[in-house]
Amino acid sequence: MKKIKSVEIQTGLFVLLGFAAIFFLTTQTTNIESYLNDDGYDVIARFEDIGGLTLRAPVTMAGVTIGRVEEIILDPEHLEAIVMLKINLQYNQIPVDSDASILTSGLLGGQYIGINPGGSFDSLIEGSEIEFTQSAIVLEDLIGKFLLSIGGD
Amino acid sequence: MNKWIMSLLLSIGLTISRIGKITIFFINISSSLPRVIFTRADLVIKQIYNAGALSLVIIMVSAFFVGMVLGLQGYDSLAKFDAETSVGAISALGLFKELGPVVTALLFSGRAGTAIASEIGLMRTTDQLSAMEMMAVDPIDYVVVPRFIGGIVSMPLLAAIFNLIGITGTCVVAINLMGVDSGVFWSQLISNVDLSDITEGIFKSIVFGIAASLIAVYEGYTCSPSAEGIGLATTRTVVSSAVAVLILDYLITSAII
Repeated sequence: MKKIKSVEIQTGLFVLLGFAAIFFLTTQTTNIESYLNDDGYDVIARFEDIGGLTLRAPVTMAGVTIGRVEEIILDPEHLEAIVMLKINLQYNQIPVDSDASILTSGLLGGQYIGINPGGSFDSLIEGSEIEFTQSAIVLEDLIGKFLLSIGGD
Repeated sequence: MNKWIMSLLLSIGLTISRIGKITIFFINISSSLPRVIFTRADLVIKQIYNAGALSLVIIMVSAFFVGMVLGLQGYDSLAKFDAETSVGAISALGLFKELGPVVTALLFSGRAGTAIASEIGLMRTTDQLSAMEMMAVDPIDYVVVPRFIGGIVSMPLLAAIFNLIGITGTCVVAINLMGVDSGVFWSQLISNVDLSDITEGIFKSIVFGIAASLIAVYEGYTCSPSAEGIGLATTRTVVSSAVAVLILDYLITSAII
């Protein structure tokens, strides 16, 4: 039997420990599931104003994350924001007349898209558009309206 | 006045020429990198042991205390904004992106870099390197490159272990000492740390590993053959590595953000 040197064993242990640390960091301290679980269908929604919405922001229904914001572009004709949503394949029963609104989690939290179900029996499929949307509430606009309503009295 | 400007210009010129010398040294040794990996793997393993496995204890102890102080300071500062549950997320981002790679590189150059520089420096002083050349053994292949590769392999692994132990330290302070709820702590941490944050840290630690190991082997190899020369080489290894790591850190961060 070949003799194993203790230097080799300790080096091997060190390398294994290092890779175990990398593995733990990547799997246990990140939301890596959202990268791996990327099978889904694309749905678009048009918003007048998306506020501070960012890429990979969650798309939720009844508070459950069902997808992510995939892409945000400006429609050059209508000058609206077109937001591409990637919805996970398992959620394929979302009524086609559902509405999407941009909401804020917490007082200063990040923005996300909330989907309220409609009543249609047809479901959203790849490439379909969510017709009913509500833009982000911009704080300055809200304050402006409030000031105007005070001024009107 | 004129003398001051002249000496300033001279030291700038010396620094630039030193960067040039180190780069030329890197190009000279890089041609033998693959040859050494494939034919002298046993030497490389020995050097991974010296640079990596022997640095484990100091890395782990430092990481635990860095993590704990991050947890303590983070909790204290965030409590002013009623946001103390974010302490995990903030400590993890700080550790993974900055403190992990940088502190590991500084400790690495202090623990392993000085050992490499003084070892090669003593070989130079006692004419062991010349003796190898006489016996047709290339000292670059036999002495320099295995230590260089060992450092490059060890650094990212040490940084990953530093991150892991550091976040454990934060966890202990925040959850057990300060009473942050463990579920909220981890959910905040997981939802705010992205895979790219961890790969950024690993990329940085690889670059720092190359810089610190290169400076250590260069200083040892070009050390002037005297007791004083070895001391100077060791000092310059730590000083140059620390400065190089901090400058590279800023450059990489500004390129990524």
